[in-house]
Amino acid sequence: MTWVNTILQGLLLGGIFAMAAGGLSLMFGVMRIANLAHGDLMILGGYAAAVSTLHLGVPVPLTVLVSMAVLGGLGYLLQRTLLDRAMALSELAPMMVTFGIAVMIPNALAEVFSNDAQPLNIGALGTASIELGGGLAIGWFPLLTVVAAVLVLTGLHLFLHRTQIGRITRATADDPEVVRLMGVDNLKIYALTTVISLVTVALAGTLYAMRQGGVTPYEGQLTVLFAFETVVIGGLGSLWGTLAGGLVLGVAQSAGAQISPDLPLLAGHVVFLLVLVFRPQGLFGRSVLA
Amino acid sequence: MTIRSAVVTPGEDLRRPEISRGGRAAAAGPAGAILVLLLMACLPYLVEPGLTSELVTLCYLVTLASMWNLLAGYAGMVSIGQQAYIGLGAYALFLANDHGLDVYTGTIVVSAVVALVAWPLSYLAFRLRGGYFAVGTWVIAEVVRLVVVRFDSLGGAGGRGLAAVTEDPLLRRAFTYWLALGVMAAAVLGTYLVLRSRLGLDLQAIRDDETAANSVGVDVTRGKRVIYVLAAAGCAAAGAVICVDGLGVASPGQIFGVQYSALMIFMVVIGGIGTVEGPVIGALVYFLLDKYFAQSGVWYLVIVGAAAIAVSLYLPRGLWGTLDRRSGLAIFPVARRVHGHQGTARPETRT
Repeated sequence: MTWVNTILQGLLLGGIFAMAAGGLSLMFGVMRIANLAHGDLMILGGYAAAVSTLHLGVPVPLTVLVSMAVLGGLGYLLQRTLLDRAMALSELAPMMVTFGIAVMIPNALAEVFSNDAQPLNIGALGTASIELGGGLAIGWFPLLTVVAAVLVLTGLHLFLHRTQIGRITRATADDPEVVRLMGVDNLKIYALTTVISLVTVALAGTLYAMRQGGVTPYEGQLTVLFAFETVVIGGLGSLWGTLAGGLVLGVAQSAGAQISPDLPLLAGHVVFLLVLVFRPQGLFGRSVLA
Repeated sequence: MTIRSAVVTPGEDLRRPEISRGGRAAAAGPAGAILVLLLMACLPYLVEPGLTSELVTLCYLVTLASMWNLLAGYAGMVSIGQQAYIGLGAYALFLANDHGLDVYTGTIVVSAVVALVAWPLSYLAFRLRGGYFAVGTWVIAEVVRLVVVRFDSLGGAGGRGLAAVTEDPLLRRAFTYWLALGVMAAAVLGTYLVLRSRLGLDLQAIRDDETAANSVGVDVTRGKRVIYVLAAAGCAAAGAVICVDGLGVASPGQIFGVQYSALMIFMVVIGGIGTVEGPVIGALVYFLLDKYFAQSGVWYLVIVGAAAIAVSLYLPRGLWGTLDRRSGLAIFPVARRVHGHQGTARPETRT
């Protein structure tokens, strides 16, 4: 029964990974940008939420919206001022820019807010759970996270496949030149993609901060690895694969923790490497070597 | 690349352009560099030990930057996981030391051993490309750290001390300095020699266009793998130097820290990616920044990040690359340049 519980908790943990990975996958799919600052932007989203309730008195549930607005705006600026220019230069430049941001964010956060955790307390919701009997329980909040992850990924899927602008976005991913000949400004599509990506990452970061009860500056170095691992495990270019990848990573970490408290990270990384060796295209993907 | 017009205007000189790699100047640069290295080797007899201690840091920074440049600047592999090999180098030195090897022999043995470890790991890392390759190398570094921490004999999570080379602190400093200098010389001159070889030509083709290189018969994967393994060996040697310099490892989190990758990227991008001289300049810039601004806390790292972004956007060739392009100057001439009718260098030819 402990193992059933372990797997259950792992699945619930995986929801956050899947949500964080969705935005990463989108940016890479459309612009071929591997956003190395993804984890740090997620943590920045958590800070936006925590700070808005601590210092501005925003009610905790609404901090999600504040965080999404802040990161969405930041995403627009980021794309327009730095990434557009970097994409025009070389393949290397966008990676350098996102890595530079990944160095700046945590250190700036540490300098402004110290290394202490910024609390983000969701009160009774954090501990409330549904008893399933037999010692099994599902926390309301983790359940909410998984539901949110499914909604976000479904939303992204519907956007990309059922709306005009979504179809244009997919076409831009395939061939930006031709799309431009059809009269669409590539840069607008890129800006929209980055905004959507950062809004989802803000949601993921806020829920992550709520789950942990707060955020510290350097956590992005871990979450960025989780997000990339999720995408690779699930397979590039498959949003459902991303969900599955998150759940697999969650279960791996949770199982690692069950064996020994210092194992969850290693277990997650090892599952990632095993997928690389035996199924490099990911569980559901077409090809990682895209 | 310039595409020359096929239409010949009357009176245009039809002599074939000459292609050269710098002629007599090609020997002058490396000869000068060797002279500088010899002078540096005499420093422990000439200056205060405090200065040579600082130069140890500069030496391993140059080594690390050169290795990262070899990976990213010549083989197109952006790694943010070289700390795996820095850490392994430091930890392997403990083992070598336990078996009674002195640090000099130890550093050579350690580099070879880490190269042997890097070779199978390259198969893992090469499953991924571009940004995913970068993160894949980072995951490998984390796995190496998490595994090393599990060995209590290596000090577990607490780091470990290294027995001093000699009792005399003055002599110890000089020994450490010579080790660091030797490793740096091997890294820079080694890079130069690799790049002038057949492999170097392959690599530059791979960096400019992998598919095109493949189509003209360059074994792309083999070239990249050789470089990956060489860079691992170089980083391991730097790790051994860091270990000797610090008389051990303060904590696995420090020696396996991703901040080493941030430093390498910063130094190479600032100095000029894809040039032999660039990493040396970049390391010098970082060394001076660190010396004078490190006290201003972590804001300084924010500036480092911002500077890396600014340079990669507005000065994509870095300091040396820009200078080199304007003046055609090269201490370590690697590129073949096309000389037109007037005998002028065509700076458009990529190095």
